[in-house]
Amino acid sequence: MSITVEDLERTVNSGLTTVVKTSTIVFGQLVIEINIEDLYSSILYLKTNNKSKFKQLVDITAVDYPENEKRFKIVYLLLSHENNLRIIININIDEKTVLPSITKIFPSANWMEREVFDMYGINFKDHPDLRRILTDYGFKGFPLRKDFPLTGHTEVRYSESKKKVISEPVKLEQEYRKFDAVSPWEGTKYIKEDLDKNKNKEKND
Amino acid sequence: MTKQNKTMSLNFGPQHPAAHGVLRLILELDGEIVEKIDPHIGLLHRGTEKLIEHKTYTQALPYFDRLDYVAPMNQEHAFALAIEKLLNIEVPIRGQYIRVLFCEIGRILSHLLNVTTQALDVGALTPSLWGFEERETLMTFYERVSGSRLHANYFRPGGVHKDLPRGLSDDILSFCETFPKVINDLETLLTDNRIFKQRNVNIGIVTKQEALEHSFSGVMLRGSGVPWDLRRSQPYECYSDLSFKIPIGKNGDCYDRYLCRIEEMRESVKIMKECLKKMPTGPVKSIDGKITPPKREDIKNSMEALIHHFKLFSEGFRVPKGEIYTAVEAPKGEFGVYLISDGSNKPYKCKIRAPGFSHLQAMDYLLKGHMLADVPAVLGSLDIVFGEVDR
Repeated sequence: MSITVEDLERTVNSGLTTVVKTSTIVFGQLVIEINIEDLYSSILYLKTNNKSKFKQLVDITAVDYPENEKRFKIVYLLLSHENNLRIIININIDEKTVLPSITKIFPSANWMEREVFDMYGINFKDHPDLRRILTDYGFKGFPLRKDFPLTGHTEVRYSESKKKVISEPVKLEQEYRKFDAVSPWEGTKYIKEDLDKNKNKEKND
Repeated sequence: MTKQNKTMSLNFGPQHPAAHGVLRLILELDGEIVEKIDPHIGLLHRGTEKLIEHKTYTQALPYFDRLDYVAPMNQEHAFALAIEKLLNIEVPIRGQYIRVLFCEIGRILSHLLNVTTQALDVGALTPSLWGFEERETLMTFYERVSGSRLHANYFRPGGVHKDLPRGLSDDILSFCETFPKVINDLETLLTDNRIFKQRNVNIGIVTKQEALEHSFSGVMLRGSGVPWDLRRSQPYECYSDLSFKIPIGKNGDCYDRYLCRIEEMRESVKIMKECLKKMPTGPVKSIDGKITPPKREDIKNSMEALIHHFKLFSEGFRVPKGEIYTAVEAPKGEFGVYLISDGSNKPYKCKIRAPGFSHLQAMDYLLKGHMLADVPAVLGSLDIVFGEVDR
């Protein structure tokens, strides 16, 4: 028997009473925020508990908010096939925090954690093989951090004199142009309001 | 002299015809038995996610064509759906049917490429020649509707870019009539072929449990007997109004996955036919002028339309604050977009969840104990496209 997202919220909140900091339902998906100390046990609970049954890890990612003290938000996306439900788990951490690896719970977390490490420089404890994954051999820096420039720091070219590919600091022929087109041109509210008004009129007529 | 048991390291790729792109594998071999595989990916990494953060929503859409370039529109679909949910707008019915129609064309495009190149990897040349002829026809449909064969940029937030040109639906319908015969022909070459079976049956077996643990999706999951298809279980667009079957494998080996893909192509043809039959007339994109561009003739006559057009293609539209994960059943599996909007005209964060990433990760576990010659067979059945794995 499958359960609704509201049931799930109740189950999760009662099962992880002391752990869940906030829980909301957004677009039919449960979003919970937890502390880093409870990460491993909560994910294990969500996977093994016979009500929630989140048997599959969909993805792990991070979001960078450089202005916050706890700069990174780590996001775990889980899917339960049996209940046909998804859950998003958020954890806020600062730059130096080391996360526990969940590769023992989900073997597929291996590359996902490697990607987070590669892109954001977040470390994972007990990860079997924490190497860079997507960036080039010998790459420096963490590209998806907001303070990493879009152009990067180095560029590669083939050097005719050295007869090999070399990497040098980026030289731009032209300054990088950033257009800030933002104007007071607001969103789409008034059309929605008009539509609602028309609907109400129809009802009244 | 004492005999020493020593493993040999072998480098496979990145330039290798059976590597399906730029995959580099470091293989540890004991004789011909594979002991360990370490895939090195990222040789096609273009920083799509970083680029998207610096582009408006309209400008970011074409990057999705370049992920899984075998079935481009399915990728655009996930991004468009995410934006639409955040904006809380609906796509008109005709727009939904056109989207589903082209998603299924994308599915056939992808499966045709995969099935035939998988056959190529194990030694059959003819299927790829036959399959690519059909792919060419399908890409002509892409071209007629969007102007380009591959990088379509056709699914826009709020609907699709343009209505179908005159005569296209008839041509797609006649394709749907003739294509099942091509699938039958392909099957006569492969399904009962002794060599093809020897190379694929009982190779790369995945059990149900392991498929879930390794985050498999799509055919990789269904081939192992898990009845899970996002088109059915979490329907988007008009999939809930369409009738189609979901083929499921039994043994979870390369051969079952091949059979699933063949059956899925047949189902896709059925869906396309049903779409063409049920497709109503009407608008193909949202009427909200702040999201979708106006018609060309309106720009000539209406000041407001002109302003809308200018603002949409310079500033773009703004998306309300929020975070969302949307997923579609792409040909290769669950393709998801995790989008965070900060209320401006550019995404704050856009994580792309590519199905091939998790599939490729399982290479080591799938191939441990197999022969070296099974590596391309399993790689072929994983359906890897590096555009989406490396992003």
